[in-house]
Amino acid sequence: MYVAVKGGERAIDAAHAWLAEERRGDTSVAELSTVQIREQLSLAVNRVMAEGSLYDPDLAALAIKQARGDLIEAIFLIRAYRTTLPRFGASIPVETAEMAVSRRISATFKDLPGGQILGPTFDYTHRLLDFKLAAEGQVPEAPTAPARLEPVPHVMGMLGRDGLIQSEAPGEETPPDLTREPMELPASRPLRLQAITRGDEGFILSMAYSTQRGYGRTHAFVGELRIGTVAVELDIPELGFAVQIGEVELTECETVNQFTGSRTEPPQFTRGYGLVFGQTERKAIAMSLVDRALRWKELGEDFTGAPAQDEEFVLMHADNIQATGFLEHIKLPHYVDFQAELELVRKLRREALASREAAE
Amino acid sequence: MNDYNFAYLDEQTKRMIRRAILKGIAIPGYQVPFASREMPMPYGWGTGGVQVTAACLVPEDRLKVIDQGADDTTNAVSIRRFFQRTAGVAVTEATAEATVIQTRHRIPETPLSEGQILVYQVPIPEPLRFLEPRETETRKMHELEEYGLIHVKLYEDIARHGQIATSYAYPVKVEGRYVMDPSPIPKFDNPKLADNPAIQLFGAGREQRIYALPPHTSAVSLDFEDHPFVASKADHACDLCAAEASYLDEVITDDQGSRMFVCSDTDFCQSRRAAGHVGRLGHPATGDQ
Repeated sequence: MYVAVKGGERAIDAAHAWLAEERRGDTSVAELSTVQIREQLSLAVNRVMAEGSLYDPDLAALAIKQARGDLIEAIFLIRAYRTTLPRFGASIPVETAEMAVSRRISATFKDLPGGQILGPTFDYTHRLLDFKLAAEGQVPEAPTAPARLEPVPHVMGMLGRDGLIQSEAPGEETPPDLTREPMELPASRPLRLQAITRGDEGFILSMAYSTQRGYGRTHAFVGELRIGTVAVELDIPELGFAVQIGEVELTECETVNQFTGSRTEPPQFTRGYGLVFGQTERKAIAMSLVDRALRWKELGEDFTGAPAQDEEFVLMHADNIQATGFLEHIKLPHYVDFQAELELVRKLRREALASREAAE
Repeated sequence: MNDYNFAYLDEQTKRMIRRAILKGIAIPGYQVPFASREMPMPYGWGTGGVQVTAACLVPEDRLKVIDQGADDTTNAVSIRRFFQRTAGVAVTEATAEATVIQTRHRIPETPLSEGQILVYQVPIPEPLRFLEPRETETRKMHELEEYGLIHVKLYEDIARHGQIATSYAYPVKVEGRYVMDPSPIPKFDNPKLADNPAIQLFGAGREQRIYALPPHTSAVSLDFEDHPFVASKADHACDLCAAEASYLDEVITDDQGSRMFVCSDTDFCQSRRAAGHVGRLGHPATGDQ
């Protein structure tokens, strides 16, 4: 006998309690601290900060712990927290040319002022499982060298001196903030870059990859990839000058794209740009490719129908918090709509069967 | 919990949402873009409705939250609790006693009255979306009142099926101007949209849109003269309260194909049973169930 469903409240409480228990796992195993996550899973922390749009390694580590390692869930926790924070000002643009680099490579020049610095990269590791890590071995100390004090100028600046690369006019306008204004299309480049830098890494990666395979090909070289810390400075009106309020780690990627010229632009190299919180190399490279693909209109190129060229398609589907929410909401009750469909299909079937019988 | 502002959102955000609501009320059926915030529940769980409710609530309000017509579905429980925690407002299950009602997929059976606010959770606010996926295009179509496409779609339904094959989220034309998606309510509920004395507000969080039907606004379900709109429901009476004219959920009661039909509006069903109505499988009400 049917009784109207009651007890939603009790079920929710019980589910939450069970979840907390599962999160902790086997209690005979030591609990993971957020400091351990911050220090030892730092690339996960970086992704959560980048897509959560909030630079706070400790909160990101907490979110990862709370989300049981589900990074999209962790990003969601950070986003939901971020909305509650007041926006008390905007920093002056960070100066990535003055970055204290831990990694800086160029794929377009063998050597260049500031040098090639590999930094802590997976690039040339052989992907063999290191069973020593399972045995909790001590890591030998890495060799160090005195820091080079020479400046590390942007590769793009060097190309720009010869007019070989398309120049970017400096903009004085304050860029829009997509967390404070509804997205409007067509979007300006700053807005696009904002949406991509917080977009899902997997989505941006696949979009970039699709351009390499010919869906909106952009012939990209990594002109420069740099990772390091930059100072964040804020203008203080009472003081009349900017003061440093902290520093953030950033990954910046600038691509040099082959360009034979178009109806409106002379032959020269063009640029794609990627800038992401933390050490997030894959994302920054992917971002610069997608950025370049989306610039077809301003460069007078043809729209070939490639997904990565389609601004509305890319921007409306890049956000994993929106995507996962809408995707997963279909598990919520839909009895009412389903009932309406059920009645409709029954009626249509009745009529179809009746007319078939009449015909026979 | 006092770490957050009343009803969770800060006052600046609420002001921004209220502006969008007022604009929506001034232009009935028009989708107003607003800077939707990330809420502590996922997109798709009613973040648009929650933001609209948060912007409307005052401490004296009495809130009712329903999902699929029921007060006790899990997500309705969760949203009601959210506002109990963050706004401390009184809550109720009785439609007539509520000042603000947040709903997903239904309009209550009990007629609403002046002074009440009905807040809908909206997944896809654009009635033309599945005919034209681009927002840049659909906005233009609304601007130019270019609604031919949707009529063609309805016509094709008739040509193929002999009738309009849309059973929920059935589009309406508001005050002879904007075509509006009433959210995924069954078309059975469409007649209640029109000339309603309550304020009806629609919030789509992920899609960043708010729209509204002010009290006593016309909302005409799209149809053709020779194929008039029909508000349909399951052809049964409620098995618990014997109501003939309320929207019904179908419940599978065993694996032999047995079914029963019950009101989707739990408050409506409960009050009828309390008043002594007994359906086919019901028994005289003895308090709560």
